[in-house]
Parts: sequence; structure tokens; C-alpha cells
Amino acid sequence: MTEAPPQGRAGQRPLVSIRKLSKKFSNGTLALRDVDLDLFPGEFVSLLGPSGCGKSTLLRIISDLSQPSAGTIEWPGADRADAYGKAEHSLGFVFQEPTLMPWAQTLDNVTLPLRLRRMATSEANARAEAMLALVGLKGFEKAYPRELSGGMKMRVSIARALVTEPKVLLMDEPFAALDEITRHKLNDDLLAVWERNRFTAVFVTHSVFESVYLSQRIVVMAARPGRVMSELQVDAPFPRDNLFRTSAEYAHLCRLGSEALKAAIEA
Amino acid sequence: MSEPNPASARGTDQDATPVFAVEERILGIPKSRWPGIIAPLVMGAIFLGLWEGIVRYRGIPAYILPGPMEILKTLGTDWPTLSGALWVTLRITFAALIAAVSVGVSLAILFTQSKWLERSLLPYAVILQVTPVVAIAPLIIIWVGDVNLSLLICAWLVAFFPILSNTILGLNSADHNLVALFQLYGANRWQTMRYLRLPASLPYFLGGLKISGGLALIGAVVAEFVAGTGGSASGLAYRILESGYQLKIPRMFAALLMISVSGIAIFLATSYISHRLLHRWHESAVRRES
Repeated sequence: MTEAPPQGRAGQRPLVSIRKLSKKFSNGTLALRDVDLDLFPGEFVSLLGPSGCGKSTLLRIISDLSQPSAGTIEWPGADRADAYGKAEHSLGFVFQEPTLMPWAQTLDNVTLPLRLRRMATSEANARAEAMLALVGLKGFEKAYPRELSGGMKMRVSIARALVTEPKVLLMDEPFAALDEITRHKLNDDLLAVWERNRFTAVFVTHSVFESVYLSQRIVVMAARPGRVMSELQVDAPFPRDNLFRTSAEYAHLCRLGSEALKAAIEA
Repeated sequence: MSEPNPASARGTDQDATPVFAVEERILGIPKSRWPGIIAPLVMGAIFLGLWEGIVRYRGIPAYILPGPMEILKTLGTDWPTLSGALWVTLRITFAALIAAVSVGVSLAILFTQSKWLERSLLPYAVILQVTPVVAIAPLIIIWVGDVNLSLLICAWLVAFFPILSNTILGLNSADHNLVALFQLYGANRWQTMRYLRLPASLPYFLGGLKISGGLALIGAVVAEFVAGTGGSASGLAYRILESGYQLKIPRMFAALLMISVSGIAIFLATSYISHRLLHRWHESAVRRES
């Protein structure tokens, strides 16, 4: 366990750099106070903390859905604009709920970000089909969301977030509502996609076990006001599988994570 | 994420449920629905039988209460006159409904685009709705001059509010996370309307349409009553008034029957449209196995 160094990894330029960021809601709640955080290209970071620590607010600020009250958020490591010339395109967002359009078939749900960019239907469909195959939903293109299980809906949601090939994938407790068996399977599949596409993943969770299993770096946050307490490196190599989940190293890291979370809750 | 086929993908999620339930059908209608169709038919037959029986047994004259057989006979003999009247009434009803849909939906879209427009205009839409059409129909008839047009305006006044208010509710009921997603992908107003708000409002709009379909017919009939013999329009309401003056009570009942049947037909048609558009995705239209 180390205190977060302000400049992160030596020699590498962060993709997103957050400095002294605060967010105060109009009702007076201080959701975030003086948050410093760097996100590096291709890394998998978890934001771990109790309810009300501002994890979701931080994601919304990174995705430009919400504006900070103070502090800066910069994208030094990449020109935020991509091949489409649109800044927003570099981001994918997965909400806690699958947030699918119930009137649209799976394929149309996944092509939505592309259609909003006015991509030709044939190309959008081809990309969406490839992405659905990648998340294990080949054959479900014509299904409506209500015909899918909770885990499958979440897969569709992930496919939709990844179909634009974003540089950063923001996930806001995406698997919190799923049963444990489905969650483990989705964790494995998410890691497989991440290893293949190597986007920067920011994963919000309140599960220590999930954060240790998935990430390279865990940022522990405390509530009231929301702030970064500590950071935990998880150096275990990828690919990770059940062997890792049952290893002594995993158990040890989970204990460290739990202690850090406990300290954050009591702070 | 490696599953090669749907079967194994489904196998990974424990909460997956069978998607389609196939049910035996008789005459194209699911077996479980038949009791719901037969029960009211039997009830109606019993009622009509009693009616006919009482009228015959007690020798009630037709100018006070005609029996169902008498009414049916009149419907046959007076069909040329009555069908013409039915056509007049239905034409006004449908024109009013189409006007109500176009004005209601357009206003609703306009209102969701501009809060100020909504604030300034919605109260007047409410005033139009709560003022009884019977009370303002004479004024409209005097002002407009053309009877057909004034009937259309009256029917429209009654029919348009449910569509307006339901569509506004629907346009505003889009999932806020989806709204955020559209914002994230830089969707413009038109795209958000086209791909998100309009589809999200569809169930609400269709609920309004069901109500307005019936109201358009009622509005047309009420306005005809008020217009009375004053014009050349001879819709069903006019025929009812006329039959009343002439004590042709069976014809009056026949005209009444036609109005009711039209109302039922409109309700069934709007319900069918609603079912067709929603049955694949909306909770209200999905049939579940219990």
C-alpha cells in the first residue's frame, strides 16, 4: 500500500489528469473534495468506496455529463478528438442499469452510438455484429431487451459502449445487480475484451473482491465529502482466471483492500 | 468473452428464462381468451331475450319501447337513410381525430422543446378542455358559419386534449440514463427526439389515442345535437332528434345502436393498433405465463 504519487508512473503521460477537483451540488452537498487522479493509457483502474463517496459523480465529470465546481480535468495523453473529430467519441459509458431502449432490438441498441454519428447502416450493423459476437451474444441480434436475461442485457450494454472503440470505458457498478455466478462470468469476459482491445477501463464498485480481481490499480475513496484516501497496486499478471481467484495472493490483496476500505469508511 | 453460440451464452446467465410461450389457438385467437369473449356475448343474449320477451308479453307499444327484433328490422328498412347519416358522423369523427392527433402531437413536441411555450399555452389548452363543448358549440356554429366545419371544430376540441397531455407525459418519461447517453454521444435535439423521446412516448400517445377515439365520436354527436336542424348536415344525432319529433322510436334506437357500434369499432381499432405497435416490447402489451 502506497500513497498516490502525484505524477503517477515515471515517464508515462497520463490520458486523463484530474487535479484538485471538487464538486458541490446545488443543495450544498460536497460530493467531491480535492480529488487528484491520473488515468494512464490502457490501464484497468477500480474506484472502490462506500455509497456516497462520489464515485459515480467522478465518472459523470470525466464523461462531461457533469461539470466540476472547482479544479481541472485535462486530457494530456491524447487529443480528445478522435477520427470522427468528436471529443465525446473517445468515451464509452456503462451504467448500473443496462439502460437499453426497450423498443429496439439488440442490434439497434448496439448501433445507436454509430447511428448518432450518422455512420452508414451497413457499416454500423457490421461493427455491432462483431461487437456482439465478442461479448458472446451472437444470434441474439433480433431479440428485444425484455427477452434477455439480466446478464445478457449488461453484455449488450457493454457492447454498445465498446462499439465506438473508445479510448476510455467508464463503468458505474455495472454488475452490482447481477447474481454472483453471472457476475464472475462477466468479470472474466470483461477482462478478456480489455486484454484484447486495451482501452483504459475505469470501474466503479463497492466490492473489494471484484476490484482486486479486475484491476491493476485500486483507488480507495471515502465519503462525506468524497475524496481519494489511498491507492492499492495489484501486480498480478493477466490473464487472470479462477486460479487467481483462489490464490493466496488474491486473498492477501483482498485483505489489504478490505483494510483500506475500512480505514476509508472510518475516516 | 468467448462463447461461440447463443445456447452457451444463455447457459452462463442463470436468470435466463424461456422467451416465447406458444399457446393453442382457435380461429386465430388464443385459447385462454375465449372465455373473455364468450361470457359477455352470453350475457348480452340473455339481456336481449328478456327485453324482447317483456315487450311482447306486456304488449308495450313500439313508440314507447321497441323490442330488439323491431329495432333490427327498422335498421334494415331505414338503412339507406341511416347509413348516409352514419357516414356523415363518421367522417366528422375521423377528421376530428386526425386533426387531434396532428395538433396534439405537434404541440406536445413543441412544448417539450420550449418550456416557455408550454408555460404560456398549456393553461389555455386546459381551459379549452374543461369548458363543456355543449356550451360553446352554439358560439362556434354562429362564428364559423359552415356547419360541417363547426362540427369538426367541436369534435376536435373534445378529442385533442388527451393526446396532448399524454404525449407530453410520454416525451418527458424517457429514461434519464438514456438521455445522458444521448448527451454523451453528442446527439442533437432532433436525434434525441427521433430515436429516444418519440419511441418512449409511444405507449402514452396510444393510451391518449384510445380515449380520444371515443371522445371524437362523442364530440361529433354532441355538436350535431346542438346544431340540430339548423344545417344541411344530417348525421346520426340529427336522425335521432328527427325520429324523436316524429315518434319513430325504433329508428331512434337503430341510430343509437349505430353510434354505439361505431364507438366500439373505434375502440377495438385503436386497441389493435396499440397492440401491434407495443406487443414486442412494452410491459402493458406483453402476455406472461404465470
